Amino acid sequence: MTTLAESNTTAITADHAGSRAAGESRPVRYVVAAICIFMIVIMLMPIVFSFFASIKSPADAHQVPPSYWPQSLSLDNYIKVFNFQAGLWTYVGNSVAVAALAIVMCLALSIPAGYGLARFKIKAKEFWFILLLAPLMIPYQALLTPLYLTFAKIGLANSWLGLAIVHTILQLPFSIYLMRNSFEGIPRELEEAAKVDGATSMQILRGVFMPLIVPGMVTVALFAFIASWNEFLSALIFMNKETSFTVPIMLVSVRTGRLGAVDWGALQAGVMIAILPCVLIYVLLQKYYVAGFLNGAVK
Amino acid sequence: MENALSRYQGFVYVLPALLFVAVFVFWPLGQLIYISLTDTSLLGGGSFIGLQNYIDAIGDQQFWKSLWFTLKYTVFITPILMGLGFALALLTAPNRPLQQMTRGIIFLPVVIGIGSSSLLWYWLFDQQVGLFNRLLVDLHIIAEPMAWFIKADQALWAVIVSITWKVIGFGMLLFVAGIQSINSEVTEAALIDGANYWQRVWYVILPLSIRIILLTTLISVIGSLLAFDQFYIMTGGNPRGQTFTSVYWIYQNSFIRFKLGYGAALSIILTLIILVFSSVQVMLSNRGQNQ
Repeated sequence: MTTLAESNTTAITADHAGSRAAGESRPVRYVVAAICIFMIVIMLMPIVFSFFASIKSPADAHQVPPSYWPQSLSLDNYIKVFNFQAGLWTYVGNSVAVAALAIVMCLALSIPAGYGLARFKIKAKEFWFILLLAPLMIPYQALLTPLYLTFAKIGLANSWLGLAIVHTILQLPFSIYLMRNSFEGIPRELEEAAKVDGATSMQILRGVFMPLIVPGMVTVALFAFIASWNEFLSALIFMNKETSFTVPIMLVSVRTGRLGAVDWGALQAGVMIAILPCVLIYVLLQKYYVAGFLNGAVK
Repeated sequence: MENALSRYQGFVYVLPALLFVAVFVFWPLGQLIYISLTDTSLLGGGSFIGLQNYIDAIGDQQFWKSLWFTLKYTVFITPILMGLGFALALLTAPNRPLQQMTRGIIFLPVVIGIGSSSLLWYWLFDQQVGLFNRLLVDLHIIAEPMAWFIKADQALWAVIVSITWKVIGFGMLLFVAGIQSINSEVTEAALIDGANYWQRVWYVILPLSIRIILLTTLISVIGSLLAFDQFYIMTGGNPRGQTFTSVYWIYQNSFIRFKLGYGAALSIILTLIILVFSSVQVMLSNRGQNQ
């Protein structure tokens, strides 16, 4: 497992040597820079266009052919989304509640599991570990029918907890994998000292390990939040009552509108609201996000 | 006493997660198999009908059409994602400010929801108010705005464009990590041997990145085979059911037509297909980990 930090240092030296030895010429550098800027423009354009559309007046947003820039500024589209049916806060509230529950469940399950897998001798450990990774091999899409029937029976349909359980199924393998790596990265000596003092394994977990695995916990929480906030299919199936919609499902019904005509301006305002938390998390916590991504996805 | 306890201590910590997976993954999987052998519907039913659902599946033209369409989508999009992803990784692997920024921005759409991105692109592709159409017209690539979702092939390409924008950063970032972890001595040795940049890419970087390319390809293929959101939002399966994916067709049977038993049988078939790919993926990952 290469951590990001390691790979960065090797890369810096490699890169330094590489560009010097290759004698990378100036024209090449300009071409590379031009391609980079071209890519940045292409990648940002859809989001920028969508943002502009969201601050156009509703009439402007329906103009044919469309204009690239907003000709008039207006918050009407956002006001429409805020007042959409049960009100935006109902849907944001649902999404946040589901995500919070998913985060709590992911942490509550993956911290002890990671601790157990990394720090103890367990019979047939590999076997249990593979079992824990099983949700990676069985598409959760296939499990939705039986889960739906069970949840309907025990009153978890249209509930935050029901959907959060599905989102936990999705995120658990990654969370456990990441927590196990976090625990493995901590030097044995710290634990030994506490053991000599007669601390129980639970005390060691709380006293010695907890402060050291905070970065791992942040990463688990961050990914659980983004996965839950964005997840579409199970929210579509499980949250079929209008007041229990999460944000992505609300967006689809904003598009459909009340009279069947698409409200383009409001739709783009909704898209902006839906992507905002993810973009903020990514920009502000990029270090955790990228490290977690590389740690989890490659393995 | 203390010995017995400490022997099982580790297992006790793992137990809650194991129980969760047992209750919410393996138990439903068992139920799924059972439901697939019944005529369960959202409206009732539930009598045992043996393999009838599977026999029906074999004769279900739309199911095969959906599976074929999903495969087509996967076959088209995977080389684009991997090839372009690798090219962008080569472009942005050096840790210079502009390249790092480009890398960060290319990855940005990966974190936003596929629902949001699909609705965004659905608007960009719209024949009347869509800016993608306007841009293509202004660049003289097309003569007038196109209706992208009237024909299945065009709809497929519209979805591919939107998903490429959304997930291209995924493979790119993994490839960047792979390229950066290549020992600089290897590349320098190639330099001393007089290899030019493209020779180094072909003979050094590509062969040394092969495991990560394989893994990323598998992850990407599995993701494409399970595609749903983008088609549900952008095409609605239209025209005439030509853009239903497998998962979409299962959803349609289970939750729109209420045929849960039949949907379950289709789910089992899809799960078996996915299992082939995902077990290879897990094996590859574990091998890399033990090295």
